[in-house]
Amino acid sequence: MDSFLTQLNRRRVLKGMLNGSAVTVALPLLDVFLNGNGTAMADGSPLPVRYGTWFWGLGMASKIFVPKKYGANWEITEEMEALRGVQKQINVLTNFTAFRDTYQNLCHYTGWVIQMSGSTPATQNDKPGESIDITIGNEIGRRTRFKNLTATATGDVRTTYSYENQTTPTTPEWSPTQFYTRLFGPDFQDPNAAEFKPNPRAMTRKSVLSAVMDDVKRVESRVSAEDKARVDQYLSGLRHIEKQLDQQLTKPEPRAACVPVKAPKEDGAMGGAADMVSARHRLMTDLMVMAVACDQTRVFNMAYSAASSSTIKPGYEKPHHTCTHEEPVDDTLGYQPNASWFTRRAMEEWAYYVQAFSKVKEGDGTVLDNVFIHAFTDHGYARVHSLDGMPIFTAGRAGGKLKSGLHIDGGGSPATRVGFTAMRLMGLTNKEWGTKSNNTSKEVSEILA
Amino acid sequence: MRVYLNFLPAVVSLALVACSAPPAGRAPAPQASAKDAVGPGPMDVTSPQRLRVMSSQQYTNTLFNIFGPDLKFDTRFPPLVRTGGLLGNGGAIAGVSDSQLEQYQRTAALVAAEVTNPTHRTFLIPCKPVDEKSADAACAAKFLPAIGRLLYRHPLVPEQTEALVKEAGEAATRFKDFYAGLAYALEGMLISPEMLLIAETSEPDPKRPGHQRLDAYSFATRLSLFLWNAGPDSTLLDAAASGELYTPKGRAKIVDMMLASPRLESGVRAFFDDMFGFDDFATLAKDAETYPSFTGATAADAREQTLRTLVDHLVANNGDYRDLFTTRKTFVSTALAPIYGVPAGRGWVPYEFPEGSPRTGILTHISFLAVHSHPGRSSPTLRGKALRELLLCQQVPRPPANVDFSAVENPKSTIKTQRERVNLHLANPVCAGCHKITDPMGLALENFDGSGAYRTTERGAPIDASGNLDGKSFTDVVGLGRALHDHPSLPTCLVERVYSYGSGGTANEQSKPMLTYLNQEFAAHGYRLPSLLRTIAMSNAFSEVKPPETRTASVPTQSSQTK
Repeated sequence: MDSFLTQLNRRRVLKGMLNGSAVTVALPLLDVFLNGNGTAMADGSPLPVRYGTWFWGLGMASKIFVPKKYGANWEITEEMEALRGVQKQINVLTNFTAFRDTYQNLCHYTGWVIQMSGSTPATQNDKPGESIDITIGNEIGRRTRFKNLTATATGDVRTTYSYENQTTPTTPEWSPTQFYTRLFGPDFQDPNAAEFKPNPRAMTRKSVLSAVMDDVKRVESRVSAEDKARVDQYLSGLRHIEKQLDQQLTKPEPRAACVPVKAPKEDGAMGGAADMVSARHRLMTDLMVMAVACDQTRVFNMAYSAASSSTIKPGYEKPHHTCTHEEPVDDTLGYQPNASWFTRRAMEEWAYYVQAFSKVKEGDGTVLDNVFIHAFTDHGYARVHSLDGMPIFTAGRAGGKLKSGLHIDGGGSPATRVGFTAMRLMGLTNKEWGTKSNNTSKEVSEILA
Repeated sequence: MRVYLNFLPAVVSLALVACSAPPAGRAPAPQASAKDAVGPGPMDVTSPQRLRVMSSQQYTNTLFNIFGPDLKFDTRFPPLVRTGGLLGNGGAIAGVSDSQLEQYQRTAALVAAEVTNPTHRTFLIPCKPVDEKSADAACAAKFLPAIGRLLYRHPLVPEQTEALVKEAGEAATRFKDFYAGLAYALEGMLISPEMLLIAETSEPDPKRPGHQRLDAYSFATRLSLFLWNAGPDSTLLDAAASGELYTPKGRAKIVDMMLASPRLESGVRAFFDDMFGFDDFATLAKDAETYPSFTGATAADAREQTLRTLVDHLVANNGDYRDLFTTRKTFVSTALAPIYGVPAGRGWVPYEFPEGSPRTGILTHISFLAVHSHPGRSSPTLRGKALRELLLCQQVPRPPANVDFSAVENPKSTIKTQRERVNLHLANPVCAGCHKITDPMGLALENFDGSGAYRTTERGAPIDASGNLDGKSFTDVVGLGRALHDHPSLPTCLVERVYSYGSGGTANEQSKPMLTYLNQEFAAHGYRLPSLLRTIAMSNAFSEVKPPETRTASVPTQSSQTK
């Protein structure tokens, strides 16, 4: 390992940092950070393009969800009424398939695992391997403070669709107050602060960390080859912390879009009623958007509800999941009214999510212009656990590489095409993604600019 | 007296542990007697040598045991993956993600700041620096390795101590604060893999050539996690260091000391919290319009009620495990009183439901009834499934993906009770297969609604709470409790869970002779939990291990292939 001072020199940490003495740097303001067109940083480097996911459980009812018209200017349908305000900023992709091949359809599981990992799980214990957000994060996320930020609005720390590997789910943030502290607490460095003060605590911690890393070697020498991989993973986590400490010792690049939000006063009631979930989702969303704008991460995941969602409609005896199965299709309406009530709540939150990114100015547009958000669910029609007719959304323009405002018919093709599209947009060079019937080498070319 | 100094000399520490008074209102833990003497069990059975990730509760308990329970920090580490019925088993396969390590780091900083703050330092740090504004290697060298031994569960090698003292010194000089220096060194120890990864190591068994046993420190750790759900204390580490732990007499003495310690309560609570799936309480919510009496406090106290009842019955009174499902004795709190319809006392008070009451056994606790229900209604199916899976270790098949729910879709029908509703499942052969497994015993709990409150009617129709469990019929929940009490799988399920929990991973085919032996011993000792714990702790299979085979590393990741 490099010596402490060598590391500092290499990273060109400003002089005078010892003991935390302040270094005052005259910083330009806001859009002056950018080039004349507002499409790149002043030093010529392009604005970062980020990848995010958004998950909602239990699909939709195609009759009142899927627009009849394809391409641009598709008609707003009943279940997507809440998306009227963001229609031009999203793409609606319908009629995609998650192929189970020879395996059993594991209800509320197979569908999302395929979309996140490209492969069909054989059993419920067959957890996804590396999920797509991790793969993309390994490409675009290594330079930010967090390689990945994952949050859930369910209040349940078990709601995550991101896996580093089969035994390591990404821990979601479930408490808005804790999420705030992690993002904007004492270790946050405002990239636009007029004064840069390297954190002496970070320097000390970094030094201590080198002693801890020696412990890794000691533990590694005592374990089997198989367990060695788990110890290596631990080491990579320590290196991640080391990198975060380095960043605290380095003056961050200014980010005009970064205006840290106020701390949430409280987490709010942690129940499952739709209003409580919505309140939590909005708090988490506002924090996530600003984390992206402040370039704390370039990969982010948000789960509004869980597969097998247990969201509650006040006064209605069944939670969302049970409702999708047990509520009859209304003869007059032709769909399950309460199940649809839950889908409409989810769409309201999806609209909020998209709008939140579009409200933060970045360059000559908004943060939404520089993201690719991939929204997915576990089933097409949850009532019968269908894996075909799957709805997917994208939002954002991925730095101008993506069109928006379109409704695309997947024609029953693999849902993994959307993930593959994301990989290509984020600069990965793999020629295909997924296994067996979920293997694809075809992007959703209709949405590419 | 505020003393938590586990790094004091062994004799002092032993006195503190062994002589600690039991908590108020609780009888002394049972002492081992000659009749409890057990053999080592099957000699041809070993348990795997494992690498485990420390759980959130083990981390908390370990720190509380070392530094005292008034330390303020939050350890909501991510839950482990439930494996073989237990979250604890998930530790043997879990990895540690970047975000998890960040959490460890944040918690470590909080703990280190607490331990070294002016309130705690006076009694947690065994020496004073010559000058608080400077480094003091002598004092740091007294504190850090002593604490490190407890955190790492073995003595530090000299290089580890030297590195920590050096880091503490440099930080003390930088911040002109001796205690700040100690805090940073302590923070480092708290995120070390030596603390958070429990890597068992083995050695040749000198008495059984050709066999491997856990080395003494690994064995001490396995014992301690098993019985206390925390790392070993100084006494246990001393016994490991001296070799006493591996003498037959010494091992029995230590195991009995651990069983007699008040810390056994933490261990027993942790085990049952895991086995009964109480992690579901984290997200338990009821529809406030349907069940206005059920609040967050109700949920928290419901969990505590059952754990208190378990500890009182199994540990304090050394009761028969099976009687938990028929006993009317429990504890109630102010938050639970409205749902149970009993007078509210102050805080927790022991309570015995009157003879003839339907509240018999822990199945009739709010904990079981409310967790295994929907937010706005009861569920015989969820309750039956939980009974089979959690208490009898049976696996209820998942519903088929193409299940046709049309039979139970009945919005404006005359169906009033859950019995009528679930009976519709039985008309469909696809549904009937599984519902016959879960519903007949779940229906016996229908006198309790989704919040756990007693009722005799549902939507105006009288409730029929009759049912059967594997051939035994009954007319009400009292009968269900008796049937469960006498069910042959009830004790064998507990044995399997306890053994796998203790050995740190799911029991496998090779464990069968051991489980047979344990089942015989458990029955012979009247189904007493402390006796079962002792039998396992004294067994050959608990300390003799099969070292892991060397296998190739895991399959390549997508990332490794895309670049």
